Amino acid sequence: METGKLIDLLAREPTPVRAGWLRRRLAIALLVGGMGALLMMLAYLGIRPDLSQAARTPMFWVKLGLPVSLLAVALLATARLARPGVRLGRAGVAALVPVALIWMLGAVMLLEAGPGARVAMLLGATWKVCPFNIAMLSIPAFIAAFWVMKDMAPTRPRVAGAFAGLFAGTIGAAIYCLHCPEMAPPFLGTWYLLGMLIPTAIGALAGPRLLRW
Amino acid sequence: MGAREDQLKELLARALRGDGAAYHAFLDGLSGFLRAYLGRRLARLPDDVEDLVQETLLAVHNQRHTYDPSLPVTAWVHAIARYKLVDFLRRRSGREALNEPLPEEDDLMAASDEEAREARRDLDTLLAQLPDRHRLPIVLVKIEGRSVAETAKATGMSESAVKVGIHRGLKALAALIRK
Repeated sequence: METGKLIDLLAREPTPVRAGWLRRRLAIALLVGGMGALLMMLAYLGIRPDLSQAARTPMFWVKLGLPVSLLAVALLATARLARPGVRLGRAGVAALVPVALIWMLGAVMLLEAGPGARVAMLLGATWKVCPFNIAMLSIPAFIAAFWVMKDMAPTRPRVAGAFAGLFAGTIGAAIYCLHCPEMAPPFLGTWYLLGMLIPTAIGALAGPRLLRW
Repeated sequence: MGAREDQLKELLARALRGDGAAYHAFLDGLSGFLRAYLGRRLARLPDDVEDLVQETLLAVHNQRHTYDPSLPVTAWVHAIARYKLVDFLRRRSGREALNEPLPEEDDLMAASDEEAREARRDLDTLLAQLPDRHRLPIVLVKIEGRSVAETAKATGMSESAVKVGIHRGLKALAALIRK
């Protein structure tokens, strides 16, 4: 087929493109991923019984703030990486800000705690299951994020896959906050972060394979 | 450069609203820039240039919903062309290693080459490999110029199935090229 003929073909009766396509898809992914994680959490883990009391402490909101602020960064980065010719810019570095804050808070707490209390503060009671549970709760959002990205055109599939994975991980971690009794910043900066990094790493591995176009 | 950007941007904006004539002018202008750009980059592989021009045009079409109207159309098209070029070189790197670096800052619109060469890969042959639900809507609507309603009647498909068939079919065609 000659190029002129291909152009005739493509240009004949083009279907109009609705504006805001990506925004709608990302909203759906957020909703589906969040609802999926919530249902999984209710079915397999259950809400922490003292949630209403915990929600009155500032630390609960600091804890929730970690995944939620990273979610905002991941959304922005995913939206940028989905479009050819749009640079990631500072969105990548922005992901380090919430992590640095929780680490600083954690360092202060560890220094203030007595030597005997430090290990307990870092490991809590649930460090063995925390990252795994977060990764599990992020599965619906992971599928949804790749469903969005597959129809876009990321020119850096590995980075795009990683941020799609981070998007899923932050949703999993945010929902996990409703179950998890741990409140110590050193714990959050370690095990919550690790939990969110599992889907991020899987996304980085899957990106080049699944996001080709 | 600025004038070309403005002109292409205006044409693409109209095309995305469904204006076929504007879209034709957009793709036509774009193909000249792509041919010159890819020709420069594939100086040692001149026979592959036209194939890659076609592949990039198809990608531009299939991914046109990824264009953000608030951003320069040049940057968008350049990123697509560059991605397709790297993908092409990687595909053939089994035979030949990719050792020429591709500068990011290469002006897509530096020159235009209107003279289409012969394509090596025949898209008609690839089109014939598509299943009927994709092939028939593309052939009847996009090549023969029949309406969606006529095509639906002729094939026994619903009108929305005809539209989806065109959309998915062109994506499947791009996937066949990548193989």
